[in-house]
Amino acid sequence: MGIMAFTLTYNVALVMFGAGVLGVAAGVTGTFMFLRKRALLSDAISHATLPGLCGGFMLMVALGGTGRALEGLLLGSAISAALGLLAVNFLKSRTRLSEDAAIGAVLSSFFGLGVVMLTLIQNMSAGRQAGLDQLLLGSTAAMLREDAEMIAIGAALVFMVGLVLHRAMTLTAFDENFARALGLNVPLIDAAAMALVLAVTVAGLKIVGLILIVALLIIPPVTARLWSNRAAYIWPIAGAIGGASGGASGLIGAGLSSLAPDLPTGAIIVLVAAGFFLISLLVAPARGVLASAMRHRKFQRRVHRRQGLLALAQGYRILEPYTRKLLQREGYVRADGVMTERGQSAATAAQRDEARLAYLRSKPDYAEFLSRHDGLSDLSRAFTRDELAHIDIRLEDAS
Amino acid sequence: MLRLHQNDQPLDPQSPLAIRGLSVSYGEKPALFSVDLTVAPRSMTAIIGPNGAGKSTLLKAALGVVPRLSGQVSIFGRALASERHRIAYVPQRASVDWDFPANVRDVVLMGLYGKIGLLRRIRRDDQAIAEDALARVGMQDFAHRQIGQLSGGQQQRVFLARSLAQNADLYLLDEPFAGVDAATEAAIISVLKKLKDEGKTVVAVHHDLSTVTAYFDHVAMINTRLIAEGPVAQAFTTAHLQEAYGGRLATAQIDRLREAGHY
Repeated sequence: MGIMAFTLTYNVALVMFGAGVLGVAAGVTGTFMFLRKRALLSDAISHATLPGLCGGFMLMVALGGTGRALEGLLLGSAISAALGLLAVNFLKSRTRLSEDAAIGAVLSSFFGLGVVMLTLIQNMSAGRQAGLDQLLLGSTAAMLREDAEMIAIGAALVFMVGLVLHRAMTLTAFDENFARALGLNVPLIDAAAMALVLAVTVAGLKIVGLILIVALLIIPPVTARLWSNRAAYIWPIAGAIGGASGGASGLIGAGLSSLAPDLPTGAIIVLVAAGFFLISLLVAPARGVLASAMRHRKFQRRVHRRQGLLALAQGYRILEPYTRKLLQREGYVRADGVMTERGQSAATAAQRDEARLAYLRSKPDYAEFLSRHDGLSDLSRAFTRDELAHIDIRLEDAS
Repeated sequence: MLRLHQNDQPLDPQSPLAIRGLSVSYGEKPALFSVDLTVAPRSMTAIIGPNGAGKSTLLKAALGVVPRLSGQVSIFGRALASERHRIAYVPQRASVDWDFPANVRDVVLMGLYGKIGLLRRIRRDDQAIAEDALARVGMQDFAHRQIGQLSGGQQQRVFLARSLAQNADLYLLDEPFAGVDAATEAAIISVLKKLKDEGKTVVAVHHDLSTVTAYFDHVAMINTRLIAEGPVAQAFTTAHLQEAYGGRLATAQIDRLREAGHY
């Protein structure tokens, strides 16, 4: 019993480590594909690994092996993924097909071929193919120390290359023409990014499987985008989310293993990452749904407050119920609709700002100056006291 | 490679940008055919011509942004590869996605890529260069603004600031006045004129014929082929405009355009 508990913990730690490092590398790599608007290409790359995987197996069996050596399988899958990538590029550049159409054609053809080969293998050599189909959806059941080490080394290399290239990649993703004009080798940068995706896919075959690895490449950067408006922060956030998804799913997989021993890890990783995404979609401050709604409410309040104060300044009664409630709650008017002292001074200030704005707008020379103001907030926020005094003098001269 | 133009003379060593026999095509139709151009040093040169004449392509091909079918380009009499650091390129504002996750300062710092390279940390002196560039275009208060929140004119100023940060000797701008407000247009032209006064060379793709004489001292008129190049007074003529624009411009309109600059 004691020994069993130890093995479980050791295995869980191994899986958590492997999946976590893989997740970090995938998050960082996926960020470039996402910023470059080529996220779908990762899907083509991963699906195109299947024929190579099966081809590698067949070749190893034909040469007298068991066909289960991981190195051979990974090499085969890398070759066929690279072929798939070349096919997408060829279709795009030579036939003027759009990239998404080319991806769709290549992805399905390669995967179809792979499924046929997989079926052949299963029919020809029943029993020996055990494990091959696990590379579709990922499995941690047979995870060895060497496997975890290989994944970790591959992922660490990917992470380092991503770190070195991230500045060039950001520049290329934002403004390709400018990058080329600076002398950056854009095709080489794109090729490097593809190579990283390929490396992540191959390294992740064992744990995540080839069908769902794309989730680990795309969901972390998409989630990170909700948290930050700057590429410089999206890279590390995506890496952290990828790593957390990988690590957490190792733990969850172990927890569920007594209930469902054959649960594929790829599916758990996707669900964990999707969970991060859903939570972020709600609560993230930069682009989350709640934050956006709150910003909108706040802006609406500002508009109503300003409109209400201007109406008061001109002696109108406020009929709009929301505006009336707002002004009342903020102490600008009493319950019977009469202005308070605070309301009086705020209304006068709003009125004065409107007059200043009208004056500035009427003089084309002030257009540059006026562009500092958002058209709604107090002028004292956009202009200095001296500048306002200057405007007021001109205003008095004009009237 | 197909050589459509043979010229044994060395390209002008004085010229910041000299082009010989440049042809570019997208597909089968030539966008530019055998264009020669010698930009005068310390000039402000407008590249004008009708829509689809190859104005933007000319800049892109000169910089190697799009591949050349034939022709040679020299920068200050030397090969492009060795002189890239002396060129600042401002692409069309609409060529990028302004929803990209970056703030104004991030974009301006991209102009320092040649100086900073792949890995070096951004130092205080780099920040100072970026801030100074922003101040020159009147955007110093916007350094931390998300680029997606900028108006068209502000976006153009940020692009100009990025090129200023490069501290180049030759500025190539692709339609810097397209879709910007009057205040921005005035601010940009004043920055460009200051560059000229500092001894820099400015080349801009331009499509507002009514401001050519007021803004520029040299003009290159193209319509797939080069129609005319030289000082505005000699190249910006009725005959050349009609050749470049065909029936699109009436003679009366052209006379008015030419008079616009003769105060």
